Amino acid sequence: MNSVREWIYTGRHAVAERWHNAPRWTRWAVIGAVIVFFYALPNREFYQWLGPIPTTGSNFGQVLFTISIYVLLAVGLNIVVGFAGLLDLGYFGFFAVGAYTVAVFTSPSSDLKTLWPWLLALPLAIALTMVSGVFLGTPTLRLRGDYLAIVTLGFAEMIRVAATSSEFLKGQRGFNQIPHPPGSYSDGKPIFGVLDPRPYYWLVLTVIILVVIGVRNLNRSRVGRAWISIREDEDAAQLMGVPTFKFKLWAFASGAAIGGLAGALFAGKQNFVSSQNLELLNSIIILAAVILGGSGNIVGAIVGGGLVAYLIERFRGIEFFGVELYEYRFMFFGLILVVMMIFRPQGLIPNRRRAAEFKDRRKEVIVGG
Amino acid sequence: MGETVQKPTVPEQAGAPAVESTSAGREPLLEVDHVTLRFGGVVALNDVDFTLYKGEILGLIGPNGAGKTTCFNAMTGIYQPSEGEIRFRGQRITGKKKHHITKLGMARTFQNIRLFPEMTALENIQVGADAHHKTSVISALFRLPRHRREERDGLEKAERLLDFVGIPHRMHDAARNLSYGEQRRLEIARALATDPVLLCLDEPAAGFNPAEKEELLQLIRKIRDQGITVLLIEHDMRLVMGVTDRIVVLEFGKKIADGLPAEVREDHRVIAAYLGVPDDDVA
Repeated sequence: MNSVREWIYTGRHAVAERWHNAPRWTRWAVIGAVIVFFYALPNREFYQWLGPIPTTGSNFGQVLFTISIYVLLAVGLNIVVGFAGLLDLGYFGFFAVGAYTVAVFTSPSSDLKTLWPWLLALPLAIALTMVSGVFLGTPTLRLRGDYLAIVTLGFAEMIRVAATSSEFLKGQRGFNQIPHPPGSYSDGKPIFGVLDPRPYYWLVLTVIILVVIGVRNLNRSRVGRAWISIREDEDAAQLMGVPTFKFKLWAFASGAAIGGLAGALFAGKQNFVSSQNLELLNSIIILAAVILGGSGNIVGAIVGGGLVAYLIERFRGIEFFGVELYEYRFMFFGLILVVMMIFRPQGLIPNRRRAAEFKDRRKEVIVGG
Repeated sequence: MGETVQKPTVPEQAGAPAVESTSAGREPLLEVDHVTLRFGGVVALNDVDFTLYKGEILGLIGPNGAGKTTCFNAMTGIYQPSEGEIRFRGQRITGKKKHHITKLGMARTFQNIRLFPEMTALENIQVGADAHHKTSVISALFRLPRHRREERDGLEKAERLLDFVGIPHRMHDAARNLSYGEQRRLEIARALATDPVLLCLDEPAAGFNPAEKEELLQLIRKIRDQGITVLLIEHDMRLVMGVTDRIVVLEFGKKIADGLPAEVREDHRVIAAYLGVPDDDVA
């Protein structure tokens, strides 16, 4: 109990302390074990031992796929919001651009009739989302704070309305028969089929690992320092020689690229994309995930994204005095957020620097008392 | 041309020709050329005109609200002069982007400390060192040789500067957890990391006790000895007199004196500006 209280108030649990002091090989071993765990997770032979963790109301593999997409989105949004401090309320718009690019170039219901394979459309989807990020960022990144938030909100709505009402983008009818990713087993059966969601989950999991390595490299370089300095004090950053506009644009573009990647992966799995996938709520959920996990921390974003997506799915199929809890999922979700903001505003796993700051505050209290 | 215009503004100054002779033949580094800056109806700087020469420590003083910080802000690109222009190393910098001016070799600190509070002391300085680095997303993403080289360079520089300003033991502490004096030093180190030719210090001694001020004086001299020109805004007259080679005095956005510390101290307009004028003198 004591350690829980300490964790809540100091932002740093003894585990975190031990983690940072642990020798390198231990840390790699733990990371390796975690990765193996998540690769094994969708197999029934494995998850049947995990008690109440697997979802009851829906296929666990399918749920894991959804969670992995949210995690990828949270990692991407964390660059924009957590590192560079740019409040983006329309991040899901980039997901939409990625998914629709794949749909338009591959689906037989598209007017283009290009019928590209999924793999060919993937780099184009990433490139186009990056371009849309730059396109949105160039005029708007001169704005700050609230203004930027409103404009990004508008962007996501524009994408949604365009998708709903444009003849070219097929509205609610959507695009169907979007091809799956390539690859087949030795017996000729495709790896990425219709029935088994697990290969898609493993694919996204692999993508997440690669993306995280890339984001971590960026964070520990001139680019990451520039982003954080912009978040901390944009004017001072500029006067210290940081080309702030350029790096804000890069934050937007990298975040967008990851969002587009997630969209393309989703389209490849789902086979079908329509404007019904594009609710504003999604942008808000991802933002909440980043903040819940610990804005500015990659692990925090992963945990936040995973937890939020998991909790929403976990409510499915649970009845409580005859009430379907799934219907109330967002109420619980909101409640958790409120409680978090009161007791732990820095997020579940805050970035190292903020943790240090909270720790110091505790020291002051002890000295004072 | 700046020199000849300076004269009429301080006609009663007997020592003025001496200043001319010491600055003759020296290379001008920064020329503030008849700069006027208006905010709506308020004239914040009124035809301010002075030259800063390579290798000197110039003090910019004046009562509160005289326009000293405004002058700094115009020099570093935060404000654009309404009239006149500013030249740095012979280049016109009016209208240039702030980070370009920094790259040209002008660095500054702030009156109210503006570090990056959640970054460590080391990282704060690394940001300054990055001003001349070229690593961008691609080389950082794949950890290309340029990224590694510049990372090493920035780290070495940051460690050296932490030593130079005397806070090596705070390397891994978040800037916000440093003491006030350490934060001021860190700000100087961060500015020095941009490899400046000209370092502008905006009231670096504000809130310091005499012992700390003395240490700061030593530090400023040490910086000058490295060949860096220093422009110093300061309230504390004793500190200004002790360290500067030349002083420019502003009052209500106008330059009222420009000369050696000893001369400026005797200038009755400066005395009036600082101490007020007795009633019978006004009449």
